[in-house]
Amino acid sequence: MTRIQTILAATMAGAIVSGAATAADKPVKIGMITTLSGGGAALGVDARDAFQLAIDLKGGKLGGVPTELIVADDAQKVENAKQIVTRFLKKDDVDIVTGIVWSNLAIAVVPSVTREGKIYVSTNAGPHELAGKGCDKNYFNAAYQNDNLHEAAGQYVTDKGLKRVYLLAPNYPAGKDSITGFKRFYKGEVVAEVYTTLGQVDYAAEIANLRAAKPEGVFFFLPGGMGVNFVKQYAQAGLIKEIPLFGPGFSFDEGILSAVGDAAVGAFNSSEYTWDLDNAANKVFVAAFRKAYGRKPSLYAAQAYDAALLIDSAIAAVKGDMSQADAVRAALKKADFPSVRGKFKFGPNNHPIQDIYIREVVKEGDTVTNKTIRKVFTDHQDAYAAECKM
Amino acid sequence: MTAQLFLEQTLNGLQQGVMLFLLAAGLTLVFGIMHLINLAHGTLYMVGAYVAATATKASGSFTIGVLAALAAAGLVGATIEMTALRKLYKRDHLDQVLATFGVILFFNELVKIMWGPQALFLSPPAALSGTVEIIPGIPYPAYRLFIIGVGLAVGLGLRYLIVNTRTGMLIRAGATHRDMVGALGVDIDRLFTVVFAIGAMLAGLAGALAGPMLAVEVGMGEQILILTFVVIIIGGIGSVRGALAGALLVGLVDTYGRAFLPLAMRAALDPAAADSIGASISSVAIYLLMAAVLIWRPRGLFQAYGG
Repeated sequence: MTRIQTILAATMAGAIVSGAATAADKPVKIGMITTLSGGGAALGVDARDAFQLAIDLKGGKLGGVPTELIVADDAQKVENAKQIVTRFLKKDDVDIVTGIVWSNLAIAVVPSVTREGKIYVSTNAGPHELAGKGCDKNYFNAAYQNDNLHEAAGQYVTDKGLKRVYLLAPNYPAGKDSITGFKRFYKGEVVAEVYTTLGQVDYAAEIANLRAAKPEGVFFFLPGGMGVNFVKQYAQAGLIKEIPLFGPGFSFDEGILSAVGDAAVGAFNSSEYTWDLDNAANKVFVAAFRKAYGRKPSLYAAQAYDAALLIDSAIAAVKGDMSQADAVRAALKKADFPSVRGKFKFGPNNHPIQDIYIREVVKEGDTVTNKTIRKVFTDHQDAYAAECKM
Repeated sequence: MTAQLFLEQTLNGLQQGVMLFLLAAGLTLVFGIMHLINLAHGTLYMVGAYVAATATKASGSFTIGVLAALAAAGLVGATIEMTALRKLYKRDHLDQVLATFGVILFFNELVKIMWGPQALFLSPPAALSGTVEIIPGIPYPAYRLFIIGVGLAVGLGLRYLIVNTRTGMLIRAGATHRDMVGALGVDIDRLFTVVFAIGAMLAGLAGALAGPMLAVEVGMGEQILILTFVVIIIGGIGSVRGALAGALLVGLVDTYGRAFLPLAMRAALDPAAADSIGASISSVAIYLLMAAVLIWRPRGLFQAYGG
């Protein structure tokens, strides 16, 4: 044991002794940093709503202990997220931090949470920096490792026997990661890897080149409004029926589909969750979410709901005594909660080992939505787990 | 690369240029005549897009949507001019930047309160939703052709307004000899409001036309504003002719860059590196163009009327 570890262990032991008497009466405080304004607000709103729903369904308690959820808006800005986490840790004294949507924010904020010995549970962002060498015993990801969905799309395109595929992503780190993830499992020829400007709105030039290259399929990752624009223009060029379109679930989630509408019908996308997954926990969740908010839950909502139930299981295991850090971690690691994904467990780097599905965008009455068509990966783990030493 | 692809990319470049022109024409009028840096020009574009999407949905007619957008953008523009911007003409440019930036924040919040944070969706009208095969073998979206047509018609209309009408004469005179125009008994305040409203309506029209192609979302105006400023700097501040030339040039260079630079790079590099490096160079292509034009003609391609 190094000196630092010894000191840490001693501090924790002290905390357990002093905290034990009052623990059960003290409410658990959860700090959620998420995006509630700006272009990416829909994702954070889904996460917040679903997390709150989980608490509400349990009568305002998680693990049988009254739970206080403090939500703060980072407006998708690193500086804001850093300020919020400082406030959460120093002033509000939260027990657990959660909620960050964007990977660049997570990379900036998560280490300052885990360094303080507090638990961070991710409801979305899963950058590889925190999955491999940068993993931490206090960091749990209840969503995925970022590459996972792109990998599943690559596998599915390979399974379909498509030999010539055109790839498109924005020219920034997550865009390049998505293409790396896709290529990790795609075995055919890559006709072109096109990198567009971040925030680009018009894709006419790219679509014309793409048509001229005559690929058998197109894989793209364009988050947010960029994806809405691309899919609309792809459909307007008359291509959606000619060259099948594949993407990660982000580009076709329920919120995006409500904006893109009919243009997206016929596209395929990968996700570890869809509202139509057939299991008891999901039926309860979807019904409650639709009743409370009048819309179908997105994958962001499902991940946040699962994160809340995961935390619920850990709080229950220590009977609300969050000072028992080792016991809290052990309970989280067990992941003993009814996931809306059907099953869920953690790998050695505290990232999910889970099934990933392909969904097709279909028209159901007046609404455009996703339908699960088949499972691509069973118990899929990320590529960085082996690098993690904790 | 085939000749068809080159023609198709030229059409794409023209279409992008025409959209930029609609925005740049209004911006350059306001800047050239009122000497006001208006960062909130993109806000009027956003207002146009939101109103067009809403009115089209409510009425079922895209034409009504566009007319509603024109009216709304003109009204909002005139209101902003009379309440906020009028006080800024005599202040320096930094104050104008700060104040109009405030207008952006105000309208972004207002739009979010009224329409929510989700993007809106608008389809092209049925008659324009298909493709047309004007280049053999290449189906081109009819809606993009329609935009090119509208943009060129608006360009001709503006030329008529500026060259052949009394308002146009005052606009030209006001650009260079503001005090003299005032001394001749012309109501400068009203002239400025009219100019601002014309600029606002052009931005609103661009927004309404963008709706069926792009996501109608909060902040959509800021994305395109930077390109618009590049256009008026290249074209020459205050000149509508310059705005047209600059917009088409920027549209074509941007489109050709994105379309052909990665292909050209593939001749020398392995495909993945070529695509990546080509993308990086093409994203700065228009700024290189701007630098080159400014070295050659420091005041832009065309100068303001009489200037």
